[in-house]
Amino acid sequence: MVKRILAIIMLLIVGFWMANALSGVPFGEDKMLVGKYYLENVKEQTGAVNAVTAVVVNYRGFDTLGEVTVLFIASTGVGALLWRKKKERTAKSEGSVVLRTGSKILLPFIMLFGAYIFIHGHLTPGGGFPGGATIATAFLMLYLAFKDYEIEHKVFEPIEGLAGVGYVTVGLIGLAIGSYFLFDWIWQTWGWGHENIGRLLSAGFIPIIYTLIGIKVGTELTGIVDNMVREEVKDND
Amino acid sequence: MNCIVCIEYIIVAVMVLSAIFAVEWGDLLAAVVGMTAVSLFASVLFFFLQAPDVAMTEAAIGAAMSAAVFIFAIKRTQRYESEEEGAGWWLRW
Amino acid sequence: MISLYYFGAISLILIGMYAVLVKRNLLKMLVGLSIMETGVNLLLISIGYVSNRTAPILSEGATPQNTVDPIPQALVLTAIVIGVATTALALTVVINLYSKYKTLDVEEIRRLRG
Repeated sequence: MVKRILAIIMLLIVGFWMANALSGVPFGEDKMLVGKYYLENVKEQTGAVNAVTAVVVNYRGFDTLGEVTVLFIASTGVGALLWRKKKERTAKSEGSVVLRTGSKILLPFIMLFGAYIFIHGHLTPGGGFPGGATIATAFLMLYLAFKDYEIEHKVFEPIEGLAGVGYVTVGLIGLAIGSYFLFDWIWQTWGWGHENIGRLLSAGFIPIIYTLIGIKVGTELTGIVDNMVREEVKDND
Repeated sequence: MNCIVCIEYIIVAVMVLSAIFAVEWGDLLAAVVGMTAVSLFASVLFFFLQAPDVAMTEAAIGAAMSAAVFIFAIKRTQRYESEEEGAGWWLRW
Repeated sequence: MISLYYFGAISLILIGMYAVLVKRNLLKMLVGLSIMETGVNLLLISIGYVSNRTAPILSEGATPQNTVDPIPQALVLTAIVIGVATTALALTVVINLYSKYKTLDVEEIRRLRG
């Protein structure tokens, strides 16, 4: 009881302080400094129409590499903490008929939609992170529908590694051609796609990197789901 | 007050209400569903704030993946939160 | 008087902080952390919003003069995905704690350990 009252008094102080601080930040007014530079130069410098994608992949590509690394470490940590000698799925009943039939029919369309989201990341809202999450959702649906479904571990783990290696390789090619890591060599040195800004084949390496990020996010979230579903089986002898 | 503003007020109110319920419900499965509702309403607010990228990501992650991960964890642990027994939420305060 | 979106974001942060401070169940604490994360994301996006402007996708009549700030959106886009991965890591720690102590109560776990 005392703990709750103390917590509420503390929360009121923190809330008052936050509201006081935010009253100096006007809502809905133009506060852009760096954003203005990005918006004015995004079409010439990167070729992408979607400015968010250009900031994520091109201007701040190194940060995104770090974030993908954090995702990889979290996924590895889940796998390491839940490691047991023998793990199996322990679900006792299948999904209903509607779920099983619907998941079989909808699976290719969900995968196609995820691929569409990350391939068109430089033109439409979306990109590698939501596209990868959509693909992981498709595998999650298969796990819920069938009681002994498991992903192909021999296929998934090399794909996950190759996507990460591909990201670094694209950056290293930029280091070799241009002057810095993750230099956009397709757009700036080769000059491909300058005439069709706003169509699919433009924006330099953004579609390539976003495809790699989509594959990596999808396989890693699927790996997390797989590690959390399978439980240890104890021998009864 | 035009109608979009009413919708914004209603969505923020429902979002805060479902956050309170998600924290106060003793059944953890219901709490996770409340958390998912918070994510979905936040996704609608992101769309109103002209951030369609973030709205899509929040809808895919917050609605599906986050809830699924929590539910798998609840399946492997326990479902009910064991607070002080024999009292409703108004007395537990 | 603060705006509606700031109010919603601060409320979510405070509710999540209340759960982390007061609740004794570990899973309930993680639910509170997740709500807090949504609140922080909403706060960042609402700081970047400029009224009567469109999304930062420069096609079909959208010029650099009438779009909102793209930087908070790029920040939050990655933060959401990282958030669910780290939440999953925390949940695996909770699962291992439960298989060792058979309880989720933090004070019980502290008593059993000490």
